[in-house]
Amino acid sequence: MDFGLSEEQELLQSTVRGFVENECPAGRLRELFDAGTGHDDALWTGLVEMGLAGLTIPEEYGGAGMEILDLALVCEVLGTGGVPSPFLGHVLASLALDMGGSPAQKSRWLPGLADGSRRATWALCEAGSGWEPETWHCRWAGDSISGTKLYVPHADGADLLVVGVEGGRLAVVDTAGAGVRIENLEGIDRSRPVFRVDFEGAPCELLADDPAVARRLRDAGLVLLAADAFGAASHLIDLAVEYAKTREQFGQKIAQFQAVKHQLARLALDIEPTRALFWHAAYAVDHLPEEAERAAALAKAHITDRGLEAARAVVELHGGLGFTWECDVQMGFKRLMFDRAFLGNPESLRDRCAALAGW
Amino acid sequence: MDLEYTAEYQVYREEVRRFLSDWPRVGQEANREGVEAEALFRERGIEAGFVYRNVPAAYGGAGQEPDALKDAIVRDEFYAAGAPGDLTSQGAGLLVPTLLEFGTEAQKKRFIPKAISDQEKWCQGYSEPGSGSDLASLQCRARLDGEAYILSGQKIWTSNAFEADWMFGLFRTDPDASKHAGITYLLVDMKSEGIEVRPLKGMTGGMEFNEVFFDEVSVPAENVVGRPGEGWGVSRATLVHERNLIANPNMMRDTFNDLLDLARRTVLEGRPAIEDRKVRQRLVEIEGYVRTSETSTMRQFTAQVRGEPLKAMRPMMMAKLYSTDAMQMIQGCAYDLLGADGMLAPAPEDIAGWARNSTTTGWVEAYMFSLGPAIAGGASNIQLNIIGERGYGLPRDPRPPTS
Repeated sequence: MDFGLSEEQELLQSTVRGFVENECPAGRLRELFDAGTGHDDALWTGLVEMGLAGLTIPEEYGGAGMEILDLALVCEVLGTGGVPSPFLGHVLASLALDMGGSPAQKSRWLPGLADGSRRATWALCEAGSGWEPETWHCRWAGDSISGTKLYVPHADGADLLVVGVEGGRLAVVDTAGAGVRIENLEGIDRSRPVFRVDFEGAPCELLADDPAVARRLRDAGLVLLAADAFGAASHLIDLAVEYAKTREQFGQKIAQFQAVKHQLARLALDIEPTRALFWHAAYAVDHLPEEAERAAALAKAHITDRGLEAARAVVELHGGLGFTWECDVQMGFKRLMFDRAFLGNPESLRDRCAALAGW
Repeated sequence: MDLEYTAEYQVYREEVRRFLSDWPRVGQEANREGVEAEALFRERGIEAGFVYRNVPAAYGGAGQEPDALKDAIVRDEFYAAGAPGDLTSQGAGLLVPTLLEFGTEAQKKRFIPKAISDQEKWCQGYSEPGSGSDLASLQCRARLDGEAYILSGQKIWTSNAFEADWMFGLFRTDPDASKHAGITYLLVDMKSEGIEVRPLKGMTGGMEFNEVFFDEVSVPAENVVGRPGEGWGVSRATLVHERNLIANPNMMRDTFNDLLDLARRTVLEGRPAIEDRKVRQRLVEIEGYVRTSETSTMRQFTAQVRGEPLKAMRPMMMAKLYSTDAMQMIQGCAYDLLGADGMLAPAPEDIAGWARNSTTTGWVEAYMFSLGPAIAGGASNIQLNIIGERGYGLPRDPRPPTS
C-alpha cells in the first residue's frame, strides 16, 4: 500500500519541468501563444529527445513502456507551463494504436510515433458535442471513411489520424492520402489549436473491433485532461500569490489584506488536494478496471470545474491587468477552457458518474 | 504507487477480521450491555495487540512495534465492523498522545491507563470568553504557591466538562512574560474544591459544552506537563491530534452514503429524488470533494509512512478545513432534500446523536451539528490564515499597536 510517486516519476517530472522552464519561459510562451500555431519544432524535438513521444509505447516498438500515470505526470507539467505542443493528441493516438492495432499495424506505425519522426492525433467529436462512441456517425465502407470530425487537436501537423467511426470503432487515416480536408476552427486555446476534418472516401485501416479500446482510450484522455487542468490551475494560483505579494494598494501589499489572503487560500484549498484525485484516477485506468471509467470521469469533471472557477477568480485578483491580453493569466485561463470542454463538460461527465453508480 | 497490500499485511488484515468476527456477541461481552460490553471487548483487543497499538504495555496499551500500515488496517476494519477500538475521546485521543510525548514517567503511569480504558474521563480547558481564535491571549491564572498552583479564572466551550474527572488545560503562570511564553499546561482534578461547572445549551438543544469557573483551585505542581511556561508548545501537539480526529475520511464517506439513502427515500415530483437530474448533479459534485478528501488522505498517509511528510505539507494543512467544508456540503444537500420537514425540531434522541443521518429530525440535528467541527480546533477563518501564511508564504495579519 503506497500512494505516492516513485523516484523515477519524481525525476521524470523534475526533468520535464526543467526543460519547460528553460525552453518555454514566459517570454517564449507569449511569442508562441501570439503566433497561435500551437507548435514549435524545438520544443517538440526536446520532448521527443526526452522520450516523451513514446512514453507508453512498448519498448519493442521503440517506446518507454510506461503507464497512464506517467503520462499524466507529464501532462501536469505541460499544463503548468501552458506548453504549446501536440503532445496530448499524439500520445492518445499512440495509445489507440497500441491497444487496438494488429502486430503488423503496430510494427508499421508505432516506431515512427515513438521516435517522433511521425506525428499523430485523434479525431472523436462530431456535431452536437458527440464525444461518445455511440454518437459517432462517420461512415466507413471497406477501407475508406466519409464524414466530419470537429475539435481535432493539432490536426494540421499530424501524419496520422485515429478517427472514431460508426459502430464505436476506430480507424486510422494517413493525412497524406486523398479525401482529407483540414480547416482551422480558430480555437480559444492558442497552445492547442483545434481543427475540423472532412473525410470524403478517405482511405483508412480499421483497428480491432473492441469497444473496450475506445472506452479505455477515452478514460485515459479524461485523466490527462484532469492532470493538465491541475497543472494549469496550480500555476494560475502561483501567479496570483506572487502578484498579491508584490502589488501595493492603500500603502501595503494587497496580500496583507485578509480578504485577499483568504481568497487565495480558498483557491489553493480547492485545487491542491485534487492532485491526489488525478493520481488515483490514473492509477485506476492503469490497474483498477472496474473503477477506471467512473474515477476518470469524476476527476476530470471535478478538477476542470474547480480549475476554471479558480482561473476566473485569479483574473479578478489581478484587477484590470488580469483582463488584458498582455497578462499571462489569460493563457492558463484558456488552457482550462479547453480542458473543461474537451471530451465532455463536467455536467455530462457527472451524468455518466451517476448512471455508472446505478443511482 | 501500488494500492495492493503485500502478503504480510493481507495476513494481518485477516487476523484482524478473525478477531472482529467475535464482535458483538461472544464470550462474556454477550451478557453485558452497551458501554460495559464495549470495554470488555476493548480489553480483549489490547491483549490481541490490535487496540492501542502505539501505547506501551506499561501504560495499559498493546505496545506493538510502530507500523502505520497496521494502524490503518486496524482502524478501517474496526470502523467497518462498528467495533470498539481506540477511543477518540478527549482523554484517549488528545491527552494520551500528548503525555506520551511530553509527560513524566509518573504522569504516564498515573493517567494513561485510566484514560484509555475510559475509567477517567477528560475535558480540554483551552478557550476562554475573551480568548477564542486568539487562544494565546488566555487569562485564566495559575499562581505558584509553594508546591501547588492556585487557579483562578474561567474556561468556556469545554465539551463534556460536566462528566469529566480531569481537565488538561492551559493557564497563565507568568503574566509578565510574552503572550506565548507565560502559559503552562496543567492537569486539573475536576473534583477539586473551587471548581464550578455550568452547562451551556447548544443551538441543537444539546448540552455537550460548559463553562468552568476556578476559584482558588489548588493543583499540585507535579501536574505540569512539559516545563512551566512552555505549555503553548505542548498544546500545539494536542491540536495536531485534534485536527486529525476531525478530518476522518471514513466518517465522511459514511455520511455521503447516508445522503444517498436519503435521496433514494425522498420523493420529488412523484419519483425518488435520486432520479432527478439536478439532485444527481449535485450529489456527484459533492462526491468530487469526498473522493478528493479520501485520496488526499492516502497521499498524506504515504508521505508519513515514507518519512517524507514535507512532500504532503500543504494537503496536511488543508485537511481539517477541506473535511469540514465537505461535511457541510453533504449536510446542506440533505437539508434541501428534507423540504418542509426541515422546519422540525430535533427530538431528544437526535440531540444525543443516536439518530444522526437516519431519521428526518436526525438530519436536522446533523445539519446544525456540522458547524461544530468547523469551529472547534481552530475555526475555518483561522485555517485559511494557516494555509495562506504557512502554505503559500503570504504575510501574517498585521498586529494592532501594543499599548
